[in-house]
Amino acid sequence: MSDLVATVIIFIGLLFDLFGCIGLVRLPDIYNRVQASTKCVTLGTCMILIGVLIHAGIGALGIKALVCAVFILFTSPVAAHAVARGAHFFGVRLWEGSVMDKFLEERESQKKDK
Amino acid sequence: MKKRLPAFVITFIIWLLLTWPGKEDWQEQVFAGLICSAIVAALLGHIYPQRAEKLLQPKRYLWALVYIPYFIYWCVRANLDVAYRVLHPEMPIRPGIVRVTTNLQTDMAKTFLANSITLTPGTLTVDIIGQDFFVHWIYIPTEDVEEHTRLIVGRFERMLKEIFE
Repeated sequence: MSDLVATVIIFIGLLFDLFGCIGLVRLPDIYNRVQASTKCVTLGTCMILIGVLIHAGIGALGIKALVCAVFILFTSPVAAHAVARGAHFFGVRLWEGSVMDKFLEERESQKKDK
Repeated sequence: MKKRLPAFVITFIIWLLLTWPGKEDWQEQVFAGLICSAIVAALLGHIYPQRAEKLLQPKRYLWALVYIPYFIYWCVRANLDVAYRVLHPEMPIRPGIVRVTTNLQTDMAKTFLANSITLTPGTLTVDIIGQDFFVHWIYIPTEDVEEHTRLIVGRFERMLKEIFE
């Protein structure tokens, strides 16, 4: 029974990972791509690891999977933030269909003050 | 010394979870863990939360227990949202970077708010300057600035205030 549940959870996790990869290809600019890949890959990978926990039970392997899931949950948003911020400072502009860019306005007003 | 104790305890717990000492050699594993935790606490203890007494207030843990399912709910919704936008043939996106403000004061609370924003539907924290968060939003529903703050920050701010401040 627990094997079946674990397989289903791992399969759903893989499906979310796949959506993240499709987003990486289809979306127009770096910021949208980072969004798609961060959200889907975080939850997808966490679900795969939780599937491993259910399959292996509480023990050396299962607990390691759980701790890894928690680490991914904490670190992947930080990595996404670093990529997006770095891209913005490097001069990568938003996609032409974008509505507004308050961060660019803020940075330019700070430059003028100096 | 008092400041470094929570760092030592947290590091030691993570060590025990990662090694999960077996039946035969548990004394060696625990002993090695004590030494490693002491080294980590001595070198890096000063970057742990400055006010350690917060770790002993049970009310914060109760709020965290409420927060976790709430966060998981939004995280799953975020994923379905991305799946919808990515698989839709016309890709309904209207992206941009908006500015939202928060009342949270401590760095810890701001970090968790930024991470929560990144993992919830359509939003990604690009930078924090003081109290202002710059958030990339994949579908901006309105031009109203107040509404942006309410929609993005309002979901989590109150709970994080109870947990971290």
